[in-house]
Amino acid sequence: MRTTFLKTLKELAERDDRVMLLTGDLGYTVVEPFAEAFPDRFVNVGVAEQNMVGLATGLAEAGFLPFVYSIITFAVLRPYEFIRNGPVLHRLPVRIVGVGGGIEYGHAGPTHHGLEDIAVTRALPGLQIVAPADYEQSRSALQATWNHPGPIFYRLGKNDRDTIPGLDGRFEIGRATQVRDGEDLLMVVMGSVALQATEAAEQLSEEGFSVAVVIVASFHPEPVDDLAAALSGYRHVLSIEAHTRDGGVGSLVAEVIAEHGLSCRLVRCAIDATPDGLSGSEGFLRHKYGLSSDGLAATARQVLTSSKAPASPKLSTNSTPGTDA
Amino acid sequence: MPSVGKLSPRSLRRLILEQSKRANVGHIGSALSVVEILAALYGEAPSGEARHGEATSGEAPSGGVLQIPDPDHADRDRFILSKGHAALALYATFYLRGWLSADQLDTYCADNSQLGTHPEHALRGVDFSTGSLGQGLPMAAGAALAARLQGSRRRAIALLSDAECNEGSVWEAVMFAAHHHLDGLTAIVDLNGQQAIGYTRDVIDLSPLAERWRAFGWDAVEVDGHDVDALTQALQQTSTGQPRVIIARTVFGKGVSYMEHQIKWHYWPMSDEEYRQALREVEGS
Repeated sequence: MRTTFLKTLKELAERDDRVMLLTGDLGYTVVEPFAEAFPDRFVNVGVAEQNMVGLATGLAEAGFLPFVYSIITFAVLRPYEFIRNGPVLHRLPVRIVGVGGGIEYGHAGPTHHGLEDIAVTRALPGLQIVAPADYEQSRSALQATWNHPGPIFYRLGKNDRDTIPGLDGRFEIGRATQVRDGEDLLMVVMGSVALQATEAAEQLSEEGFSVAVVIVASFHPEPVDDLAAALSGYRHVLSIEAHTRDGGVGSLVAEVIAEHGLSCRLVRCAIDATPDGLSGSEGFLRHKYGLSSDGLAATARQVLTSSKAPASPKLSTNSTPGTDA
Repeated sequence: MPSVGKLSPRSLRRLILEQSKRANVGHIGSALSVVEILAALYGEAPSGEARHGEATSGEAPSGGVLQIPDPDHADRDRFILSKGHAALALYATFYLRGWLSADQLDTYCADNSQLGTHPEHALRGVDFSTGSLGQGLPMAAGAALAARLQGSRRRAIALLSDAECNEGSVWEAVMFAAHHHLDGLTAIVDLNGQQAIGYTRDVIDLSPLAERWRAFGWDAVEVDGHDVDALTQALQQTSTGQPRVIIARTVFGKGVSYMEHQIKWHYWPMSDEEYRQALREVEGS
């Protein structure tokens, strides 16, 4: 996703000399093509994310379109107040590009996991939020939004190989995208874990369950109408995200259910655990947090076969985690 | 809008006192310590066009450092009041420049006003909203970088408080500007020795402050922050290849004897008697 995104950004920079790329000393092998093509419009500002967002604010006020790049937690959480008081308060077209949404930096440990970014950026009115599910969607999302006059946060993954079946790179700001039809259960997914969600839906269909999958890649504006329409057709919904349980797509779905008086039952599949000091691969962590295709299928099965849905998926921390595809 | 009077330190101080009393709010001492700095930046140069970096011949003019034909001019110099809590001094300056009407100035701290105790960019003349310390210099560095990329000689000047230099983000921007030789960037540090609830020497001792900036690659000069001529001169010089910092030695609450060096006047509003005395002292100066 990040490679495709930056390749697309380079194409945009060829057309528009306002486009700049600032990095907080990250993006080895990813930022170089842009840097070589536009040495004047590329700046490695060093390991100084607050300054990076402040610089971008000053550049945007003078007419530039600065994209600031780092790993999500350093791009969003460290300079959060600079984002709030800079691009958001001034309504300037700064783009915050965070890579590694969720647990993609598995082994790197909790300091590198991007788990709270949607929750905190959803709290900033006027900040557009784009969270593509695969690299094709990251390309179309950038092409659809890059010239927006206000600030944008792009939550990217690292995977430039896999695509979500049925998504075909579709993206529309303020809309949700249905990638799979089904009648028994609705999955509402944010981010690259959409791949595991569609695999789980496929597993379930082999067992005779019919599961629909909707992807939310646009927050602010939120796809409230699309979600309300989709949710009204189901008794059970699973929200799925590699993000904290509160503040992400699960919370959005809960808000839509409550505010529209819908009667469906929501189970939020997300990362809801106090850091335990143990790290591992992304696959290991997806399994641990119930976000592997098997884990999601198990939760869905439990919801579908139980008359009373569980409050949240129960995870066994004693099981031996396997790897998932 | 016609000019409403000379942009002098005395008229700025009078307006700061009047508005603080009318609104019954504090931040008076912080505003009083920067009036000469704002006079040097925004005051009209008496003659000629002393343009950036050009040597001034004969008498150095006072004021007129910032080149702002009008606040909406795209290629104007940028000014960032990074110590946003001195906003009233900026509003008084705008009023005396004719950018703000008396009626607008009288909305200071009123409901539904653009004139809060920290400057908002929605107000014409304010380039960047401030109030959260440590954010002005990074934005000013971005403004200076933008000017260079656009081939403009416009400057970016940020006014910081001394205690603001406690913020790590200030030094992020200091290092960046030095590395990139942003000579269009100037910082002014209002060295009044006080912070919100203590003296800087007791909280985080900053001395020797000029040496610290120099060690980070800046050209640093120290001046009397209440001498408009000295400030003007220091501000009109720029150094090729280096950003410049003016360490302006000031007195917190300058001009009002009972406010000078007193922590209380960071937040305190004036009583009627205090107001009368303050006006007398400022008018008599």
